[in-house]
Amino acid sequence: MAKSQRHLLLNLAGILLVFLVLLLFERHGSLYQVRILNNMAIFITLAVSYNLVNGICGLLHLGPNAFITIGAYTSALLTMTANEKMMNFIIEPLIWPLSVVHAPFVLSLLAGGLLASLFAFLISFPVLRVRGDYLAIVTLGFGEVVRVLCNAFQSVTNGPLGLKGLSPYTNLWWTWGVAIFTIAVTTKLVNSSYGRAMKAIREDETAARAMGIDPFKHLLLAFLVSAFFSGVAGGLLAHLITTISPTLFTFFFTFNLLIIIVVGGLGSTTGAVLGAALFAWGGEALRVVESPIDLGFLRIPGIPGMRMVIFSIILMGVIIFARRGMMGRSEFSWDALWARLHRPAR
Amino acid sequence: MSSFFKLDNLVMQFGGLTAVNGFSLELRPGELVGLIGPNGAGKTTVFNMITGVYPPTSGTIHWLGQDLTGMPLHRITARGIARTFQNIRLFTDMSVLENVMVSFHQKIRAGFWSAMLGLPAYVREDQRIHREAMDYLQELGLAHVAEEKAGSLPYGRQRRLEIARALATQPKVLLLDEPAAGMNPQETMELANLVRELRDRHELTIFLIEHDMKFVMGLVERIKVLDYGTTIAEGTPAEIQGNPEVIKAYLGAPKHA
Repeated sequence: MAKSQRHLLLNLAGILLVFLVLLLFERHGSLYQVRILNNMAIFITLAVSYNLVNGICGLLHLGPNAFITIGAYTSALLTMTANEKMMNFIIEPLIWPLSVVHAPFVLSLLAGGLLASLFAFLISFPVLRVRGDYLAIVTLGFGEVVRVLCNAFQSVTNGPLGLKGLSPYTNLWWTWGVAIFTIAVTTKLVNSSYGRAMKAIREDETAARAMGIDPFKHLLLAFLVSAFFSGVAGGLLAHLITTISPTLFTFFFTFNLLIIIVVGGLGSTTGAVLGAALFAWGGEALRVVESPIDLGFLRIPGIPGMRMVIFSIILMGVIIFARRGMMGRSEFSWDALWARLHRPAR
Repeated sequence: MSSFFKLDNLVMQFGGLTAVNGFSLELRPGELVGLIGPNGAGKTTVFNMITGVYPPTSGTIHWLGQDLTGMPLHRITARGIARTFQNIRLFTDMSVLENVMVSFHQKIRAGFWSAMLGLPAYVREDQRIHREAMDYLQELGLAHVAEEKAGSLPYGRQRRLEIARALATQPKVLLLDEPAAGMNPQETMELANLVRELRDRHELTIFLIEHDMKFVMGLVERIKVLDYGTTIAEGTPAEIQGNPEVIKAYLGAPKHA
């Protein structure tokens, strides 16, 4: 008991430290730095919730962009005022109740998450009937379906024009608050009896069933939780970049998330957090390689897209030299940190 | 009282191949029954039909007056029939203790929200599961490796863990699929004693598949012999040992009959 209380205190202290750092950046950091931190937190939320399905349950799910799209559009349509909507929907007017409803930011995020979960529930019946490559194809299909529907239903989503001029409600407190909440909920779930059942299904589904575990029920649970947080993160993203259109949520978005969790270590929440943080920060830090470089004897003109080359090389390196990613399936724990700090130096 | 456990004329066809042709069996409470037969005789298929891995092509499975035919695997386990696997199927990347704790999940009373909020009811239940899982590990001599990864255990211990995990679902009937496979004579003898002890202590009815004749003959009370999906003999170990049909199935027909 004393141990778990100590861990709780340490966790709270850790969160406090994160918020102090955030406060520092909010007061004294540049807009650019704040933007990177916001991106980082949103990617952490997305990666951690995506990892719940792919890493913990072991399903190769390739459609999180569908949940993010639904969250983003729902939340955006709820925070826009009737006037803003009129300005946006110039080709086809927005259909009624949507044209008049208006909700505060918090509620719009919740609605985005819940609608994403509802969508996950509906598609789970065909999706969870299959496994492996087949599941990957079905989820990939649903991801594309949502994007195409966003293009087609002009009277709901404004089609390819997208939604512009959203109020920039998203700030550091929202993004990091949601990220920390997501990590807390996911960790709690993974370490519970329900999480054990999910891992058992990943390890050997037939054996898990022979121990009385209903795979559908538990995979659905993971799917719903994952979709909820992805939807909320979608809402945050929409109000961060203030412009959304279907082109934002292509399969590339999913692909980036997949890279993050594979590099971090499939099945490790800590790995997902590290992977997301590195991705958000590294993407900006590597901009250097796209600018012209003068080495004195050699002049390299700026090549746009160079970052992606380096990203790919890093990914290949990870796959070759650390096949299980940075963390493997291990998690951060205070005990392990304590043990490492107190190991006699050699 | 209706029959305790009854298999009636089970048939399993895979396309044109009849893997099991008309398998019938009645188990009495507390019995120890063996199923033997050459490779490919259809023994594991019988287990797979009982536990719902494959629904039988025809025939019925009755258990305490209920019809289990075609019921999915996890619901059959919930009704008190547990099994182990011939090709060990542990949750290799989870700890030995977690492997056993998984078996308690089906009966968990605390709901999802209670687990997520860490309510006292859930915390108490999780502690109880932890304690009882340790008891099962203790019983099978695995308590000292509780924190190790299941996949890192030596073979004999993995087999024991399979049994511990199946026991933890608190079954009334236990199906063991070649529990002695790959064990040396010493381990096999220990296993036979263990199986007998477990039966008495947990009031189990045990139905097992085995290749090791010494193991089966010394352990079970009744044997069924399967060859090419058909029951060719049944009786006490002594009767089976002298049965010419069985000798023929295992060794082939003598040239000078």
